[in-house]
Amino acid sequence: MSKTTQAPKALRGVGNFIDDRFHLAKTGEKNLRKVFPNHWSFMLGEIALYSFIILLLTGVFLTLWFKPSMMEIVYDGSYERLQGVMMSEAYASTLHITFDVRGGLLIRQIHHWAALIFVAALVVHALRVFFTGAFRKPREINWLIGVAIFALAMVEGLFGYSLPDDLPSGMGVRILQGVMLALPLVGPYVSMFLFGGEFPGEDIISRLYMLHILLIPALLLGLIVAHFMILWHQKHTQYPGTGRTDKTVVGTPMFPAFAVKAGGFFFFTFAVIAGLSAFVQINPIHLFGPFTPTSITSGLQPDWYMGFMEGSLRIFPNWFDLTIFGYALPTAVLVPGLVVPGLIFGGLAAWPFIEQWITGDKRAHNVADRPRNAPVRTGVGAAGVTFYGVLWLAGSNDIISETFSIELYVSTYIFRVLAIVGPILAFFIAKRVCLGLQRRDREMLEHGYESGTIQQLPSGEFIEVHKPNSDGMVDILESKPTITSTALADDADTDDKGVENPEARKGSGKLRRALARWYTKDNVSFDDVEAHSGHHLHHSSHEEEKEAAH
Amino acid sequence: MTENNTNDNNEAGEPERVVGTPKADEPVVSDATAAPEAGEHAGPYAASETHARPEETQRRGEKIASVWFVLAFLGGLGFLVSYFLFPPDAIGAPQIAQYSNMLLGGSLTLSMFGIGAGMTAWARQVMPHYEVHSPYDELPSSEKEKGSFSDFFMRGADESGFTKRPLMRRTLILAMVPLGLAPIVLLRDTGPLPGGQLKHTTWEPGRRMVVEGTDRAIRAEDFENDPNAMISALPATEHGHHLSLNEQAKTVILLIKIPEGDWQERMKEEVEGTDGATRLNWTHNGIVAYSKICTHVGCPAALYESTTHRILCPCHQSTFDAANAAEVVFGPAHRALPQLPISVDDEGYLIATGDFTAPPGPTFWDYAKD
Repeated sequence: MSKTTQAPKALRGVGNFIDDRFHLAKTGEKNLRKVFPNHWSFMLGEIALYSFIILLLTGVFLTLWFKPSMMEIVYDGSYERLQGVMMSEAYASTLHITFDVRGGLLIRQIHHWAALIFVAALVVHALRVFFTGAFRKPREINWLIGVAIFALAMVEGLFGYSLPDDLPSGMGVRILQGVMLALPLVGPYVSMFLFGGEFPGEDIISRLYMLHILLIPALLLGLIVAHFMILWHQKHTQYPGTGRTDKTVVGTPMFPAFAVKAGGFFFFTFAVIAGLSAFVQINPIHLFGPFTPTSITSGLQPDWYMGFMEGSLRIFPNWFDLTIFGYALPTAVLVPGLVVPGLIFGGLAAWPFIEQWITGDKRAHNVADRPRNAPVRTGVGAAGVTFYGVLWLAGSNDIISETFSIELYVSTYIFRVLAIVGPILAFFIAKRVCLGLQRRDREMLEHGYESGTIQQLPSGEFIEVHKPNSDGMVDILESKPTITSTALADDADTDDKGVENPEARKGSGKLRRALARWYTKDNVSFDDVEAHSGHHLHHSSHEEEKEAAH
Repeated sequence: MTENNTNDNNEAGEPERVVGTPKADEPVVSDATAAPEAGEHAGPYAASETHARPEETQRRGEKIASVWFVLAFLGGLGFLVSYFLFPPDAIGAPQIAQYSNMLLGGSLTLSMFGIGAGMTAWARQVMPHYEVHSPYDELPSSEKEKGSFSDFFMRGADESGFTKRPLMRRTLILAMVPLGLAPIVLLRDTGPLPGGQLKHTTWEPGRRMVVEGTDRAIRAEDFENDPNAMISALPATEHGHHLSLNEQAKTVILLIKIPEGDWQERMKEEVEGTDGATRLNWTHNGIVAYSKICTHVGCPAALYESTTHRILCPCHQSTFDAANAAEVVFGPAHRALPQLPISVDDEGYLIATGDFTAPPGPTFWDYAKD
């Protein structure tokens, strides 16, 4: 190992050239020294980022041949089974990419798989951030940007899915148009303007194309860059552990280690997507045929991220449909189309502020919570996941009812019940599991961990030997914060001069106190627990020596 | 993060192994190379934060990484070879397209995976394991800085006149308003106003109907042989004329034969606004015509169960009773499928005797208004 302090001459030349113009030496070093904490769950966001890069690359390739035109032509390409069939140029050019451009099918499939994985990764990443409380101050804005990316990604995916103009994709557009038409007052106008006339018209593909390849990707790219720059500026959260505090981050520096790790992970992500695209067929549009508004097949399924919308359209009944002065308000379309996504995205966006309002916690947090240590939040998250999951499953109720021989309408009723009962059950189960894990943590902190060794004492009694936790483990266990709320403090309702706060008597003050009680009441206290103070510890002689040395 | 694994975390220096957990790797930290002599440390980060790998591990890592990189190189070569292996006119056959896809994709996967795996071996076996400590920035600026900024900003704003000269400020805001509306106004010509378009179709008295996808006009006697027949149909056009997708989307119908005794209540009720006409008057010889487009969100309600006379939309499972004016019997649809009044002409062909009883397609705000 030789000690290098001077970069090679060529590199120095480039470095000086840049620095002479941008004054970057100090900033450059600071950023290359940036520390990234290590945890597998921090790679979820990376998967989303890398899939997005793959989407941009493959998307550009596809635009070289795709023709966003609805002009009806007779197909004469090399796919024999559809020769002579009337279809839109969009569909014909997608067939061209598939059967006349070498590697076209692969790139199409990579684009589709990467889209599915992009949305999946960002959803799981968002769940990680939610359950660990990483959205807390100072990262609320970045959370909001993330929610916007999630919503836009869904729309972007739906529009991309619609472009090839095959039968299922056209049906997706039809459903979108049907939901639009149902909007009170403006529905017919919105639909007429977007489609340039009645459905399907001749404009929608070229308009969706513009949205899919220009407007929404530009917005997404902007938001992703902002998301990343904020992350860079505020630094990453980290999980509790030795030396990791709200003031100090511990991990791998950008240069050289994190850059190589992350670079390698990009190639792994690409490899998995390429492997799926090579061996697992996705969206075989040549088998579906061109779109006509008069045909359909049963068992149609949208891409996974639209499943919850499809499910809510399927299970929401028409019992609440209204007619006001002869005007129709089809709530069976409006609630699934607007209220359900509004609840999901609105709820996600609002949660950091709701939680902050309940707890009154205005501190900056850099150490993430372990989900068990915030049982109510974890319960709420579990309820949300269950609600989404039930709707998502309901989106394939026809396939489920066929596979499991359940009557179709019965499956609808089951999902209607589950969509209400499921989240409630999930909340209580998740919360109880959290509290159980807290109790186990306390026991482990007090008594050490179960070694799996059974010992017989001279008295004949059998005991299980507990061993002391590692220092790292003790630090993790002791990191459990006590959940409190300023709304419940003794002096919460009075200011420092003893004057009662007028807020406290108002409805919002009462609501806040009630929520604060709900949020904080169940908690396993770690007060008075000292590490390894319990009597179950039976040290081996080696460890006793170590203990004695302290 | 499971308990046991955490407890067995070798970075925490706990050699004890818990039953059922993987064996701890050889120690990452090698005192021999980490800090040879204090102050002589060559790396960019403090010696205490740099856990260098033993030379032996590094050498093995280098070999592993190199093997992966060579494999990646071969994968990349394979990708190029696969591309030229199939001439462009060969991949028109789906089977060949699939082989080409597998070869291209498989070699690309190998290439990507090789680079990824090689880099991982490099990071995990050749490079040191770092545990660098770095402070989080204190995000709020100091009160002094904040005060200085706010002072500077307000002085500037005052001096510019923006705060002190309300006439100018307000007229500037006023000037912006029309410009803000302009982009929305410019969207006006993206499409026509709905007008009555959504409410009317090209069905008119005397128009014959053809089997969907053919030019074959339908006769009433085509239904003679099957008491439960169902045919999907479109309006007939002059020969060679192609019905646009827009027209198809609105005019497509289901012709259903219902046995005499199966008609339900709603078919026999007098229809509002007519002189004693019932929906049965709009059928011919047990044949009834309904719009095929679901009134929920517009999928074709294409499934028909003849024993129960139920029409089912496969998208969201709205179910309509064909024997009872296509009323909704299950699912999310808002209203019945519109009925098309039909009869026969002199030559025995089925014809429409008017437009649908209601606008076909997804339900919209003012569908029931004229």
